[in-house]
Amino acid sequence: MMADARAVAGDALLIAGKDLRLEARTRVATNHVLPFVGAVVMIFAFALDPDTGVLRRATAGLFWVTVLFAAVLLIQRSFAVEQADGVSDSLRLSGLRPAGIFLGKVLSLIAELVGIEIVLIGAVIVLYGVHLKGALLLLVTTLAATVAIAAVGSVYGPLATGLRASETALPLLLLPVLAPVLLAATRAFEIALGDTAGGGWPWAGMLGIVAAVYLTLGLAVWGPLLEET
Amino acid sequence: MTDLLARRDLSTGPEPPEAALTTGSTGSRILGVCALVSLAILVLLAFVVTGQDVNLGESIRIMYVHVPTVSLAYLCMILNAVGAVWYLWKRSEFADLLSHAAGELGVVLLGITLISGSLWGRITWGAYWVWDARLTTTALLFLMYVGYLAVRAATPEPRSRAVRSAVVGIAAACLIPIVHESVQWWASLHQSETLFGTLSPKIKGTQLFTLMFSFVAFGFTTAWLLMHRFRVAWLAERAAESELEVAIAERRAEATEPAEVVS
Repeated sequence: MMADARAVAGDALLIAGKDLRLEARTRVATNHVLPFVGAVVMIFAFALDPDTGVLRRATAGLFWVTVLFAAVLLIQRSFAVEQADGVSDSLRLSGLRPAGIFLGKVLSLIAELVGIEIVLIGAVIVLYGVHLKGALLLLVTTLAATVAIAAVGSVYGPLATGLRASETALPLLLLPVLAPVLLAATRAFEIALGDTAGGGWPWAGMLGIVAAVYLTLGLAVWGPLLEET
Repeated sequence: MTDLLARRDLSTGPEPPEAALTTGSTGSRILGVCALVSLAILVLLAFVVTGQDVNLGESIRIMYVHVPTVSLAYLCMILNAVGAVWYLWKRSEFADLLSHAAGELGVVLLGITLISGSLWGRITWGAYWVWDARLTTTALLFLMYVGYLAVRAATPEPRSRAVRSAVVGIAAACLIPIVHESVQWWASLHQSETLFGTLSPKIKGTQLFTLMFSFVAFGFTTAWLLMHRFRVAWLAERAAESELEVAIAERRAEATEPAEVVS
């Protein structure tokens, strides 16, 4: 049992390392996704007049909507690279455990998303003029939401790639599923930023539950998915 | 589809029995008659026998559609998830097609729920749509199952289609408890459960009977539709197989024909 878990963890680190090395070489996250995130932050400011305070009050929601848009791009990219040059066949024949591949994909997506979120938090502090208050709640919410997004993305990513219209199928599949994550993360952020009174921890707990459900689901279904997609 | 199956004489396989070319059977016809009769009785009960509600007024009649359709939609989605798990476990075509039929019917029923709920909301709350937790999450559930149908439609290979859609079906089912509990989790405008919310239901007499009967009428209709949708999907699979057999037989025939001599 322990040996199995260690082997799965080893496979996960191998896949995560492969994905992050690929990312470091191609720089899609830094050269494409980050500028896209910057553009979205600016566009929100144009749409919601910054002088009226609407922008500052909506910061929590805008932050997580931007993260979701970036996540869709990163997930699409993460699984599209597996389709080229028979990589998916190589993965199937590699002897790596499906659970390990799934966790590796989750880890690499978490790493990329955390990078995007750090830059995004800096951007909203500077551009939207928000002040961080509940730092611990903010940190826990961000981590739980990021794990949930990465887990959901790693379940739906291989499903959507290879479809006849994968570019449109992934957002259609992903966004409704991630809506509870958006809602909980936004509410917890509003409380952490001091915009709303109340306890933010139940929302962080809900994010943890969503993350746990989709991590379990991913571990259960990645075997058949790897065989058939 | 019938044309395709009629072309089986080109293939090496046996001619399918005539009964296989139709989605009807004695059982489905009996079920269809039960559905039609019960729907007619429901219309009579809803518009003639029962009167206005003290609180809801005429809008109570929308409940006779809204409540059973949402319950049956959830049932279809549970059936969809059961079929999906069954498929991943046993790789049974029956489970895959049952899951598909239930998913598609669930989308239709959830669509009727959203439309009827929206009409009820216009009368009761003064707006077709309010950002109420249950409404919003039901709409999200609807979109998730539209995604399920999109995945099925976009995957031509049957085995891959079955696995992909099974995973989407199971993942979507994971959201059903969140939808159900959403009224408790978030502040909600939505009417609390009319029938099963308390030990003593909030409606009584002929209204309660009509609501209970609406479950019977829509239950028969859903079962009838499910049966036919399953059989259409099964026939579509056979037609696709037949098409492949025809193509193979044609290629074989071409290979055995003598080549044309070019002078």
